[in-house]
Amino acid sequence: MMKFDLASHSVRELNQLLHEQARQLTEREWLVLNPGGAHSIACGIDQELSVTIDGHCGYYCAGMNKKAHVTIRGNAGVGVAENMMSGVVRVLGDASQSAGATAHGGLLVIEGNASARCGIAMKGIDIVVKGSVGHMSAFMGQAGRLVVCGDAGDALGDSLYEVRIYVRGKVRSLGADCIEKPMREEHLKELRELLARADVDADPRDFRRYGSARQLYNFKVDNAAAY
Amino acid sequence: MTRDVLPHLRESATFDRAVIHEIQRAAETGIYDIRGWGAKRRVPHFDDLLFLGASMSRYPLEGYREKCATNVVLGTRYAKKPIEISTPITIAGMSFGALSAQAKEALGRGASIVGTSTTTGDGGMTPEEREHSKILVYQYLPSRYGMNPDDLRKADAIEVVLGQGAKPGGGGMLLGQKITERVAKMRTLPVGVDQRSACRHPDWTGPDDLAIKIEELREITDWEKPIYVKIGATRTYYDVKLAVKAGADVVVLDGMQGGTAATQEVFIEHVGIPILAAIPQAVQALQEMNVHRNGVQLIVSGGIRTGADVAKALALGADAVAIGTAALIALGCNHPRWDAEYRKLGSAAGFYDDYHLGQDPAGISTQDPELAKRLDPVVGGRRIANYLRVLTMEAQIIARACGKSHLLNLEPEDLVALTVEAAAMARVPLAGTNWIPGES
Ligand SMILES: Cc1cc2nc3c(=O)[nH]c(=O)nc-3n(C[C@H](O)[C@H](O)[C@H](O)COP(=O)(O)O)c2cc1C
Repeated sequence: MMKFDLASHSVRELNQLLHEQARQLTEREWLVLNPGGAHSIACGIDQELSVTIDGHCGYYCAGMNKKAHVTIRGNAGVGVAENMMSGVVRVLGDASQSAGATAHGGLLVIEGNASARCGIAMKGIDIVVKGSVGHMSAFMGQAGRLVVCGDAGDALGDSLYEVRIYVRGKVRSLGADCIEKPMREEHLKELRELLARADVDADPRDFRRYGSARQLYNFKVDNAAAY
Repeated sequence: MTRDVLPHLRESATFDRAVIHEIQRAAETGIYDIRGWGAKRRVPHFDDLLFLGASMSRYPLEGYREKCATNVVLGTRYAKKPIEISTPITIAGMSFGALSAQAKEALGRGASIVGTSTTTGDGGMTPEEREHSKILVYQYLPSRYGMNPDDLRKADAIEVVLGQGAKPGGGGMLLGQKITERVAKMRTLPVGVDQRSACRHPDWTGPDDLAIKIEELREITDWEKPIYVKIGATRTYYDVKLAVKAGADVVVLDGMQGGTAATQEVFIEHVGIPILAAIPQAVQALQEMNVHRNGVQLIVSGGIRTGADVAKALALGADAVAIGTAALIALGCNHPRWDAEYRKLGSAAGFYDDYHLGQDPAGISTQDPELAKRLDPVVGGRRIANYLRVLTMEAQIIARACGKSHLLNLEPEDLVALTVEAAAMARVPLAGTNWIPGES
C-alpha cells in the first residue's frame, strides 16, 4: 500500500503518480491522507487501482475515472465522479451538487445524501444514494440508472431521456416529461442487482420507478408551455 | 425593384416582404423559425475599416523578397505543450452531426495541409477527424456528448465552450432528421429525437467554479494541453477578464455574425454584438491584465471572409481568427452547381441556410449517406487548403504594404474607419480625421 500525504505533497504530484500507473503499474493500493477539501483529487485515473481518500474532498474528486475503485472517507464536493467512464466511486459521507454529472459508466455510491442535480446529464452511469437527493436530480439524464433510498427534491428527472429512476421515499415533484411508471419484474430484478452491487440493504419492492414520458422528444406546438 | 415594375406600389420599410412572410409563416405553423448560418442583417463590420498603407512616414516591404511571417504560438501561459500554427487562421468548432463525417474529415485535411488547427464540436471527436487533423482542438461543451478522457488526452488543445456568437446564452440544437444511428450513439441519445442540448455546464456555474474546472482538465491531462475558453460576444470586456482570471490560456471570441448549425432566427439576429465591437473590448481587458500578446492569446471569429478581414482582426489585437461559414462555402456549400436542388428545397444557391434539416445538396450539413457521398474529403481538403492559403497571402499583402514583417505586427494605428459607428466600435479614427468617437 502506498501512502500519500496531501499535507506535505501536492494534488499535482498525486495525480501524476496515479496517471503513471496506466503506463506502468507499480502499486495497486493507495491511501491518500489529509485531503483537506482539495479539488481534483484522483481525477483522470486509467487503471485498476484502489484509492482510499481519508477525509473530505473538494470539487471533481475522481473526475473522468476509468477502472479505479475510489473511496472517500468523508464528504465530497461538487461533481464527484463527474464524467466517470468505469470503475466504482464510493462516498461515505454526503456529496455536493452534480454528483456523477455526465458520467458514462461505472458505479457511484453515496452513503449519505446528495445535493441538487445528482446525476445531471448522466450518460450511462449507475448512481445509488442511500440518503436523499436534491432538486433537479437526473436533469436531462440520457442513460443509466439513479437509485434513491431516501427522498427526492423538486423537479426530479426534468427533461429526461432514457434514465431509469428508482426512489424509495417521497418525491417532492416530478420535472417536465418525467412520469411514474409501473415496476415490472425486470425492474425489480435490475434494482435488486444494483442494490447488491452498491452493498445497500433495501427491499426493491419498496421503490417506485420513474422515467421519461417521451413527449418532448420531438417538438410539438402543443407542448410549447413545457419548453 | 417593385418601384421599377409598379411605381405606384410602395413597400413598407417596417413591414417589408420578408417580415410579412415571417408573420404569415408564424401564424401558419405556430413555431419559431430555426435555421443555420449566422446573422444576415447588416452590422458594422471589417468592411467599415481601411488600412493606411505605407508611403513617406512608413516604408513598405517588398512583395517577393522581404518576409512577412505568419506563424503563431497558442497556449504559452500554462500548457507544457503549446500549439504552433503556421497561419493565424484556424477552423472553428463544428460538430459531427451538424456536419457529415466527410465534411469534418475535409476540414481536418485542409487545415493540416497548411499547418493550422481544426476543432471538434457538440458531438465528440470522430476517429476520421483525429486521424486527418494534425492539430485538433477538442471542445468541452455543456452537453458533454461523447466526452471522455481518452479523447481529451488525444487532443492537442481543449476548448471550454461557454457560448457562441450566433446564440450567446443558448444551447445546441440538432433536429431529429440528423440524429442517425451513428450520431445518436456518439451522443447517447435515442435515434431521431430533436436534441436540445444544455446552455449551461452541468457541474459548474460562474468564474470561480470555472477556475476549478479548468484546473481539473489540466490535472487530467497532466498540464500538457492549452486550454481555450470560447465566449459569444456580449459583455466582452468582463467576460474576457473573468476567463483570464479563471486560467484560460487562449480566449476565443465569437461575434454575432458567427455561424451556427441550427438556432432560432430571432436568437441569431437579436442577441450578441458584432465582432468589430467586441475585439477592442477584449484587447482592453487583456491589456489591463498585462497578458495581451504576453501569455494569453485571443482568437476571434464571426464573419471572417477575406485576407483583409484577417488582417483587420489581427491589427485590432487578435492573435488568430477562426472560420466556420466561409470554410463551409469553400467546401462547396451554396455552390451554383446545386442551384436546382436548392430550389427544390425552397431556397437557392447563395441563400441556403437550412443546415438543421439535413438535406444539404452539397453533402456538407447532412447525415444522409447518399448526399454526404457527394463530398470527396480529399478534394474538399484541397479546397480548404487553397482557401486558407489565399486568406494568408491576402493578409500578407496588406501587412507588407503597411511595412510589417509579421502579420501580428499590424496594429490599430494602421487602421481608419469609414463610418462613425465603426470608428466608435473599433476605436480607430474616422478616415481623414483624428476623431475616435468617445475617446477624443
Ligand atoms: C454548421 C456549424 C456548426 C457549428 N457547431 C458548433 C459547435 O458544435 N460548437 C461551437 O462552439 N460552435 C459551433 N459553431 C460556431 C463556430 O464554431 C464559429 O463560432 C462560427 O462559425 C464562426 O463564425 P463564421 O461562421 O462567421 O466564420 C458552428 C457553426 C456552424 C456554421
